[in-house]
Amino acid sequence: MLEQKHNIKAWIYLLPALVLLVVFTFYPIVNAFILVFMEGYRYIDGTWTGWTLTGNIRYVLNSQLFWDAMRNTLVIVFVSVPISVIISLFIAVWLNSIKRLQGTFQTIFFLPYVTNSIAIGMAFAVIFNRDFGLFNLILGLFSIDPINWVGTGASWGRAMTALMVFIVWNGLAFKIIVFLSGLQSIDKQYYDAARIDSASKRRVFLKITVPLLSPMIAFITITSFIGAFKEYTAVVGMFGENLNPGGGGRNMMITIVGLVYESLGQVYPGATSEAAAAAIILFFMTLLLTLFNMYISKKRVHY
Amino acid sequence: MNEAATYDLERKTRVQKIVRMVFLYTMLTLFAIFVLIPFYWMILSSLKTPEQIESVPPALWLRFSEMQFSNYYEAVFSVDSQPFLRYMYNTVIVAALSTAGTVITTVLSAFAFARLNFRFKELFFLLLIMTMMIPGEMFVITNFITVNQLGWVRPDQTYWDALMAMSIPFMTSIFYIFFLRQTFKTIPDELYYAAKVDGTKDFKYLWKVMIPIARPTIITITILNAMGTWNAYIWPQLVTSTRHGRLYHYQLVSNGLRNAFSAEFQPQIHLQMAAAFMVTLPILIVFFLLKKHIMRGVSRSGIKG
Repeated sequence: MLEQKHNIKAWIYLLPALVLLVVFTFYPIVNAFILVFMEGYRYIDGTWTGWTLTGNIRYVLNSQLFWDAMRNTLVIVFVSVPISVIISLFIAVWLNSIKRLQGTFQTIFFLPYVTNSIAIGMAFAVIFNRDFGLFNLILGLFSIDPINWVGTGASWGRAMTALMVFIVWNGLAFKIIVFLSGLQSIDKQYYDAARIDSASKRRVFLKITVPLLSPMIAFITITSFIGAFKEYTAVVGMFGENLNPGGGGRNMMITIVGLVYESLGQVYPGATSEAAAAAIILFFMTLLLTLFNMYISKKRVHY
Repeated sequence: MNEAATYDLERKTRVQKIVRMVFLYTMLTLFAIFVLIPFYWMILSSLKTPEQIESVPPALWLRFSEMQFSNYYEAVFSVDSQPFLRYMYNTVIVAALSTAGTVITTVLSAFAFARLNFRFKELFFLLLIMTMMIPGEMFVITNFITVNQLGWVRPDQTYWDALMAMSIPFMTSIFYIFFLRQTFKTIPDELYYAAKVDGTKDFKYLWKVMIPIARPTIITITILNAMGTWNAYIWPQLVTSTRHGRLYHYQLVSNGLRNAFSAEFQPQIHLQMAAAFMVTLPILIVFFLLKKHIMRGVSRSGIKG
């Protein structure tokens, strides 16, 4: 009697969430795949002129803006994620091997997680200012001439370097805290055994810490890759709505998600379908990456 | 091994240990400085005069008498700042609405998943897990169409319309449903059976037993969700945009911050940074007050994977 099925009752409890999910999550997923085949769709009145199999995807793939967005996104994904995963792993290991001040350091390192990306991005833009920024001041100590990182007319490489520093800074907090909680759950016996065998620190790190932490490293890597594929707010924080160094001009630092919103803000017929096409391309890229990651983890991760 | 050799070995390892500790603390301190610099630079710049901002090389600190606290007054009340207090007010309202909605919907559905048996439970659960893997941008497109067609984003948008458009799509979260379900699952079944024998209704059991036990998790959800609204930029920008001649005093703090004092050739950096710090400070205060809840929630979300 106690474990009977409560069909109706259960669905009443689920109803509020279910209604919202159907309207704002499930239906939109399906609809994105419908929009991408529509021709001349206008969101203002919901009319469209016809159907097309590959028209919207082709339009997006043929635009220069898409390839700019693709280049920027891929650089963010494949440069910032490995760097921040490795740095945060080291920081977590170091943090785990001290006792005094551990809590203080942990709190400081967590701060980037609870900040507003727009606010901090704007502060980073000031730090990277050519004339009165802190970064060039530090470079000046090594007698490097002032570099225009984020001002009007800054080159792509420099703007990207500055953006990368911000994105890495921004992403470390979450990774450190997850790695640290992973390290703290590793059984001390392994380390005791290693000490009896007088294994070197490096060996302990490579043969015990990394393998035992590998599920967490895999998890962090997957989620960070997906997060990096969706980067956009950080770019707005640093470069403004126009996604361009100096705030003027247009879209040099655009990302795939930036492209989605750029198209979504347009009112000409078909713009919404282009946004859908870009979002679907993003979806398949993250899906591919997730599957690839899962395949690799299955082979290499020790559970 | 003779005594002298043992002594030597011990001394060597002791020296090694000290060297190691010095290395560890040095690295961690350097990294802490790297983490803190943007905050420091933001506060420092927010207290400079426009001339001090532009001076080369930049001043690395200010004497107390030099600090321009009036920048904050100006950032809030100057004409160019747009209604900054208004943005704060909007943000608090939207955060309250979406958080209240999220807590209610997630508590109810987490209860159903953790406690009740029903047909298609496993299937529905699987569907939710799969949905979590899909990037949010897939939803945003249609949601933008939906709020337009619901009439919430017209050129003559009312304040109420804007509030609806900004909060209702965010009144539930699959991730929080899972998070809360995990906590509910740790509550022993025996409690439920005992309550049933006493004739307690399910809802009363949820209200009187499960919610109080799961309070820390619910607090975590509340904080994370409210912080999410505070930091929300894209969606509010989209549904209260000025692009089609709409008013912008319906926007939230992050939008107001990005658009304030940012004129291309004349950005007023001292005011920009004052505004940035005013947006940063409330989250820092909440963080220090409720540190345990926030950090617990975040590290849990990692372990879950």
